[in-house]
Amino acid sequence: MLLTVVEDREPTPEVCALARSLDPVVEAVAYGADPGPRELARWGVTAVHRIRHELLDAYAPEGYGEALAQLVARLRPSGVLAAATEHGTEILAHAAARAGLPLATDCVSVTGGDPWRLVRSRGGGMLLEEAELAAPVKLVTVAPAAAVPAAGPPHAVGECAVAEFVPELEPRHVRARVVERAARTEGTGLATASVVVSGGRGVGSAEGYAVLEELAGLLGGAVGCSRVATGNGWRPHRDQVGLTGTRIAPEVYLACGISGATQHWVGCMDARTIIAVNTDPDAAMVARADYAVIGDLHEVLPAMVAEIRARRSVHSGPVVSEERG
Amino acid sequence: MEVLVCVKRVPAAGARVPLTGDGRDIDTRHLGFTIGPHEECAVEEAVRLVAAHGGRVTVLAVGPAECAEQVRYALAMGADRGVLVDAGRSDPDPEATAGAITQAVRTLTGGEEPFDLLLFGDCSADAGHHQVGIRVATGLGLPIVSGVKALEVAGDGLRMRREAGDGVEVYRVPLPAAAAVREGLNLPRYPSLPGRLRARKAELRTVAVEPEPGGLRTVRLRQPADDRAAVVVLGHGAAAAPAVVDVLDELGVV
Ligand SMILES: Cc1cc2nc3c(=O)[nH]c(=O)nc-3n(C[C@H](O)[C@H](O)[C@H](O)COP(=O)(O)OP(=O)(O)OC[C@H]3O[C@@H](n4cnc5c(N)ncnc54)[C@H](O)[C@@H]3O)c2cc1C
Ligand SMILES: Nc1ncnc2c1ncn2[C@@H]1O[C@H](COP(=O)(O)O)[C@@H](O)[C@H]1O
Repeated sequence: MLLTVVEDREPTPEVCALARSLDPVVEAVAYGADPGPRELARWGVTAVHRIRHELLDAYAPEGYGEALAQLVARLRPSGVLAAATEHGTEILAHAAARAGLPLATDCVSVTGGDPWRLVRSRGGGMLLEEAELAAPVKLVTVAPAAAVPAAGPPHAVGECAVAEFVPELEPRHVRARVVERAARTEGTGLATASVVVSGGRGVGSAEGYAVLEELAGLLGGAVGCSRVATGNGWRPHRDQVGLTGTRIAPEVYLACGISGATQHWVGCMDARTIIAVNTDPDAAMVARADYAVIGDLHEVLPAMVAEIRARRSVHSGPVVSEERG
Repeated sequence: MEVLVCVKRVPAAGARVPLTGDGRDIDTRHLGFTIGPHEECAVEEAVRLVAAHGGRVTVLAVGPAECAEQVRYALAMGADRGVLVDAGRSDPDPEATAGAITQAVRTLTGGEEPFDLLLFGDCSADAGHHQVGIRVATGLGLPIVSGVKALEVAGDGLRMRREAGDGVEVYRVPLPAAAAVREGLNLPRYPSLPGRLRARKAELRTVAVEPEPGGLRTVRLRQPADDRAAVVVLGHGAAAAPAVVDVLDELGVV
C-alpha cells in the first residue's frame, strides 16, 4: 500500500497517477478538512486516513509531520507521495526527519522496485538528477512537471473508506504554527500578466526602467527583471523572474539586456513566445529566444513605443478621415 | 543573540551547467563558486539581528577545505566566526549533511553559549533538497519555519511571514528556534573593503564529524532537453521596431 498526501481536498492528478503506477493499492492522508472520498475514489484511492487533533486546528509544520510519521509507523506503507508544494514538501521533510527516513524532493519520474529509481528536477529544471532511493518507506515529492504514467486519470468509481487517525501530540509539536493568514497582495501582477517586459543589467539604472514601464503599460503587461537588477536595488525582489524569484508563463516574454543565465531562464522558459533584445548576438538569451533584436535596448524600446503609438493613432484618427474622404 | 548561519559552497553556473564526461558531477574546471541567494539573505539577516540585539554571528559550511572561501565571504559581510565542517566525503546526501551540521553544532555549543537562532537557506542552490534545515532543527529539538520572507524579534520569540499557495502565513515561534529563509527577505550588502581584509585574516575553526550516510544516492546528472526552435533575428537597433511590433500584433498582444 502506498500513501498520498491530499492538500486542499483536491487530489493532485500527477501524484495519484504516479502512486498507482508504483503500487496497486493507494490510500490517502488528509488533515482536518473533508477529504471528498468520492473524488478520491475516482482516482483509485481505496481509503482515506483523516488526521484529527485539536492541536492541528491551525497549520503547524512540525505537528503535521509528526502526525504523518506516526501514521506511517502504524500503516507501514511502501511509500508516501505528496505534491512538491510549500506544505507538501515541508510536511514530508518533517515526517522524514522524525521517522529517520530519506526523502527525494521534486521528482519528475519514479520507477518502482528496490531501490526506487527516480529523476529529480534540480534548480527548477536547470538539471536532471538520476538517483536511487533505498528505505523501508520511500518518501517522495512530485514536481508539477512530472511525467504522468499512462495509468491515467479518473477510472471506475469504487468505494473509498474514511478512517480517522488521532495522533499523539503535545504542545511542543506545535511551537511553530500559523497565527494569522492573509491573501497574497504582492507579486501576483507579474505571475499572471500575459505580457512581461523584463530588464536586466543592460537597463543600467532604476530610472532606465521608465521605458519598460511605458511599453508594458501599452501592452497591458507587467515589468520583470533579472537578479542583477534586484541586487543593485533597481527593482523590488517581487519583480525578479527566475529560480529564486517568480516563475512565469506569459504569452510573451520580452527580455531586454538579460544574458540568459540558467537561473533566469528556468523562470521564463514556459513563456509561449520569447523575444530578446540584446547588444550581444551571442548572448544565451538570444540563442534560446524565438525572436531577437540585436541592439541597444535604450534605442529599440523607445522605437517600439513610438511604433505602437503611431499604429494606434492610425487606427483611430486618420483611418476614419480617410474613409470619409 | 547567538545566531548560526549554514551556507553551502556551490558552483556558479552561467548560461549552461557543464557536466563531467561521466555525468557524475558538474564540471567546475571553468566555474567560480558561491553561496546561494537564499543563504546570502540568511547571512544578511543574521548580521542585522546581531547589530540590533547584540551577540555574534557564526557561519558554518560542510564540505571540502575550499569552503573557506564561502565562509570568508560571509565574514566579509559582517559575520563574526567561521566554522568548517569536515564530513570526510565529497557530496554527502541530505541526511548526512544534516547529521554533520547537527554534530558540529553539538561540538560548538558543548560548554559554550547555545545558539538562539539557526538560519538556513530555504533550499541549497545546487541540489535543492528542501530538507537539511528541517532535519537539523528536528535533531536539535528546535521549531523551524521554512520559506521565510520576513522575520522580526517579537517579545521573547520571533514573528515570521511566508508565502504558501496563494496566501500569506504568519508564524510566532519561541526562541531558541530555526528558520529557512528565501531571497527577498532583505537586500544583502556587498562586503566592504575593511570587511574583506578582516575576513581574509580571520581564523576559521575546523570541526571533524562522521555522519551516517542516508538513503538517497545520486547516480548521474543530465541536461534537460532544449526543444525550442532556432531564433529568428528580426533586425538590428531601432530599425527593427516595426518588425517586433508586427510579431506582437500577430500574437494578439498589441
Ligand atoms: C542559485 C542562484 C539563483 C539565481 N537566481 C536568479 C533568478 O531568480 N533570477 C535571475 O535573473 N538571476 C538569478 N541568478 C543570477 C544569474 O546567474 C545571473 O547572474 C543573472 O541572471 C544575470 O543578470 P543579467 O542577465 O541582467 O546580467 P548579465 O549576465 O550581466 O547580462 C547583461 C546582458 O545585457 C546585455 N546588454 C548590456 N547592455 C545592453 C544594452 N544597452 N542593450 C541591450 N542589451 C544590453 C549584455 O550583452 C548581457 O547579455 C541566480 C544565481 C544563482 C547562483
Ligand atoms: N554542505 C552544507 N553546508 C552547510 N549548510 C548546508 C549544506 N547543505 C545544505 N545546507 C543548508 O541547508 C539549506 C537547505 O539545503 P537543501 O536541503 O540541500 O535544500 C541550505 O540553504 C543551507 O543553509
